[in-house]
Amino acid sequence: MSSMQLLDLMVSNQVTTRTQRLLPPEPWASAGLAAHLERHGALVQHPSSDQWREATLGEIERAGLVGRGGAAFPTGQKLRALLAHRGKPIVIANGTEGEPASMKDRVLLARSPHLVLDGAALAANLVGAGEIIMVVHRDVRGSVDAALAERRLIRIDSTKIRVVTAADGFVAGEASAVVNWVGRAAPIPLGKAPRMTERGLKGCPTLVQNVETLAHLSLVGRHGADWFRQVGTADEPGTILVTLAGSLVTPGVFEVAIGTPTSDVLELAGGPSAPIQALLIGGYFGTWISAPASLSVPFSMGGLGVGLGAGLIVALPAAGCGVLETARLVRYLASQSAGQCGPCKFGLPAIAEQLDLLAEGMPVRYDDLTRWVDEIEGRGACSHPDGVARHVRSALDVFGHEVSEHLAGRCSARERQASRAFPTEELL
Amino acid sequence: MKSHLVLHIDRIACDARGTCAELLPELMELDDWGYPIIADGPVPQDLERLAHAAVELCPKMALQLRAREGGTRSVLVPTDELRL
Ligand SMILES: Cc1cc2nc3c(=O)[nH]c(=O)nc-3n(C[C@H](O)[C@H](O)[C@H](O)COP(=O)(O)O)c2cc1C
Ligand code: SF4
Ligand code: SF4
Repeated sequence: MSSMQLLDLMVSNQVTTRTQRLLPPEPWASAGLAAHLERHGALVQHPSSDQWREATLGEIERAGLVGRGGAAFPTGQKLRALLAHRGKPIVIANGTEGEPASMKDRVLLARSPHLVLDGAALAANLVGAGEIIMVVHRDVRGSVDAALAERRLIRIDSTKIRVVTAADGFVAGEASAVVNWVGRAAPIPLGKAPRMTERGLKGCPTLVQNVETLAHLSLVGRHGADWFRQVGTADEPGTILVTLAGSLVTPGVFEVAIGTPTSDVLELAGGPSAPIQALLIGGYFGTWISAPASLSVPFSMGGLGVGLGAGLIVALPAAGCGVLETARLVRYLASQSAGQCGPCKFGLPAIAEQLDLLAEGMPVRYDDLTRWVDEIEGRGACSHPDGVARHVRSALDVFGHEVSEHLAGRCSARERQASRAFPTEELL
Repeated sequence: MKSHLVLHIDRIACDARGTCAELLPELMELDDWGYPIIADGPVPQDLERLAHAAVELCPKMALQLRAREGGTRSVLVPTDELRL
């Protein structure tokens, strides 16, 4: 299946829930400007008023909106950080969606492009940006171009907006890699200092914000903090887009209130298509948790005890082999290293190799494996190695029994190949 | 006594020559591929001079001493750090 077909499938699998804020409830709804304005109303802004700026930033902070690109950083705080630096800021909407199993940013840009554009315009007005750059996955370039054309006809936006097709690859969506892609056609991270908010694209303070974050931002701009906090939990307010994948009846993208019981979240995709043993939460550099225990708890960081990352949940069937799946995913993540930093360039393939041996029940240097996992953490210019470390550590823990079996040269999975719960076409 | 300085490595610039670990075995060890691992925490005051020397002698200008807290101003930032 091509990724475009997959996208169509994900859109058609959507069901209506009470908490659909970002995605139109009806699968057939138009993504056009007229329908958008009818549904959400216009976003009124007063860019030249300091009072408006302060009041709006205050609402955003009080709303408690945090980034939906993976790191869950408070959006209000990031906007304020930009104001602290000299130079004309640039706003970049990050719709790269480099995570192979995630579809939520693409579904959002296909179905509600105007909400994202509104959010980018609002962010630009708040920080006084001179330019907005929409960096979007190739699958949805057409949708974003069409939305922009509609807006230009009626001159809705005061800030210059341009669209750039995102680079491919897992690391291409990292904030500094996005800046490097737009500025120098090289989608590799730039390293940690100086911060993007201080000196990013062309040396200007640069706000890189995930497209879903911007869509939420535009709704906070319209309805305020109290409205935003009506759903979700007190600590993690609002809704979140999730991509439900793996062993589920109808995988797809859904919008849920944070804090919904995890089993109810899975029900949106028709529930498990087979008994499941574990869930991968957040993304390929997310965290494995064992399934029976996690199903009854709220889908939130507070409930699951792990970050929601980019909102991905992959269900691994009980018949599958967690060690094998982990080895495959880590092999893929190692292949995606930008190869710039030694610990990432050499450490990731070494870890992947040992996991491959473990998956096959061959002799493995297990102590070296766990030591390397500890050693790579914090030793890359971006957090790619940290993500791999988190993933592997959680796998060795959650699949502990299976790891022991493999160390003894056995595997208790009934369907080793059928366990391939992850999109394979984009993997090696 | 601990100083107010911490060691920082530009991981993209570092190419595992290991000069730093030779000068500062108390604070740096090398991983299996020759890339340095820095001990946690600030540089002890009696090692500060050696740490400055390691920064000077790093062939890739990858090593820096940074102020531990209070502001983001870095000390002895190699110029390539300010790229972009
Ligand atoms: C290896 C790596 C890949 C990433 N890929 C993406 C991505 O595809 N899309 C995205 O929005 N953020 C991605 N991020 C996170 C961005 O660096 C950044 O935190 C985010 O775009 C900021 O937006 P937010 O605060 O709205 O979440 C990635 C981070 C890392 C370390
Ligand atoms: S940590 Fe890895 S992915 Fe990140 S910049 Fe360094 S080599 Fe590239
Ligand atoms: S001396 Fe410089 S280049 Fe060599 S290992 Fe140390 S930091 Fe890296």
